[in-house]
Amino acid sequence: MVIGERKPFDEITGMVEGNKKILVLGCGGCVTVCLTGGHDEVRVLSSQLRMARDKDGNPIEIIEKTVERQCDPEYVEQISDIVPDVDGVLSMACGAGVQYVAERYPTVPVYPALNTSFVGGSTKEGYYVEKCQTCGSCKLYFTGGICPIARCSKSLLNGPCGGSTKGKCEIDPEVDCAWQLILDRLKALNRMDLYDEVMPINDWRPNRDGGPRKMVREDFQR
Amino acid sequence: MNAELNTDSRLEKILKSGQFAVTAECGPPRGADANVIREKCKLLKGNADAFNITDNQTSVVRMSSIASAVVMMQEGMEPIMQMVCRDRNRIAIQSDILGGAALGIKNMLCLSGDHQKFGDHPQAKNVFDIDSIQLISTVRRMRDEGKFLGGEEIKGVPKLFVGAAANPFADPFEIRVPRLAKKVKAGVEFIQTQCIFNLKKFGEWMKQVVDRGLHEKVYILGGVTPFKSFGMARYMAKNVPGMDVPDDLLQRMKDTPKEKQAEEGIKIAVETIQQLREMAGIAGVHIMAIEWEEKVHEIASNAGLLPRPQV
Repeated sequence: MVIGERKPFDEITGMVEGNKKILVLGCGGCVTVCLTGGHDEVRVLSSQLRMARDKDGNPIEIIEKTVERQCDPEYVEQISDIVPDVDGVLSMACGAGVQYVAERYPTVPVYPALNTSFVGGSTKEGYYVEKCQTCGSCKLYFTGGICPIARCSKSLLNGPCGGSTKGKCEIDPEVDCAWQLILDRLKALNRMDLYDEVMPINDWRPNRDGGPRKMVREDFQR
Repeated sequence: MNAELNTDSRLEKILKSGQFAVTAECGPPRGADANVIREKCKLLKGNADAFNITDNQTSVVRMSSIASAVVMMQEGMEPIMQMVCRDRNRIAIQSDILGGAALGIKNMLCLSGDHQKFGDHPQAKNVFDIDSIQLISTVRRMRDEGKFLGGEEIKGVPKLFVGAAANPFADPFEIRVPRLAKKVKAGVEFIQTQCIFNLKKFGEWMKQVVDRGLHEKVYILGGVTPFKSFGMARYMAKNVPGMDVPDDLLQRMKDTPKEKQAEEGIKIAVETIQQLREMAGIAGVHIMAIEWEEKVHEIASNAGLLPRPQV
């Protein structure tokens, strides 16, 4: 899933400073699961904003709503009766959701309440780690199911570099060396032969380097 | 090993003639004053066969490796242009290889590069479009096949003698020789190792290298760094990733009175070189006297490496 983290409160208050009435819009997708942008977080952020603005003698009116997903025009349509009445929309979705709202309502400002951090999953409740960098050309078959592009600090395809120490990455003793994990796994799979291959230079076109990407199901285009 | 010369590199000539080679390191300045390099060159000249010019080492911005190498050549010395994959994509890499070769550079060292986190610009975006092993194959392809990575023909190929680094002390240890084998497969011609303090462990690594016959496919130069002080030794032991300083060596530095520690550090470096010379498969040494270039002469001289051969 997409992991997001709420922006610092001061940055959020700065964005909505000139607004008297806003919609705080939650998303029922990934950011609900990672506890940063769902129904509950909409309530918390809205009351924090009201309290802060009351304290400043500059009250703000807030409408709270959470839709199924913000990355889908169908659900973004559900706020069409609210948006004309507000000065701005504070979206608690990932960067994709924020842009869907902006695209649908071209004359109303949309503010991101989150920083979209990475694609990953949870290790335990409230603890999320990056697993995928959406490079567009999956190599996990070659590296024992552990991604060197997302998890090696240098995205090395033929690693480990000379900074791998006791299973940890040179950048931080808390960070696992992805190549140590890969090698441990290849050993367990009895596939250390895969390490002997020189991984060829990568084609980054399927990554962001090829420009904004799209995925089209032709059979749905009729 | 193929005795035929692929380039005009003096380092290649010395290695292929079977003579024990010496390289040393020269760090460019954090400014645009070429005289800083000229001063360092005066200290280093004649004490090694070729001299590494580091490429923004530890991710701290310095004068470019190519420009510094040109200044060094003006002083009549042979540079080894270091190049890291951290700061350039394949377009810039190939362009700099052509530029370096056009300016007369004859040796190149292919490195991944330290992570920018360690440097003075931790906010930077890193590149790592290709890695060090892929960089080796890139420059070999440009030189030997006369082709860019994109497949187009190069008019005027870059004649560079191609080196890389190896760290026998990083983890996991068992993968370190296989990793060297990958560099050999990619076409590396000489290797400079990480600083050797733990000779026992280095010997184990070297034995595996010889057992696999890799020393017959690539020239291995052992890395040697003198300690300036006990403080530096302790820092390298505790704070530098992938560095292995044994306790007995630390103790030896600690037991030495402060004013004698530099002398002791040099003595250790000389002893290390002497032991490396006895080791099967070692083709030379690489002296990295970090911001202590004035001591390279003393180390090389005491280790019996001078005068350097004329080729």
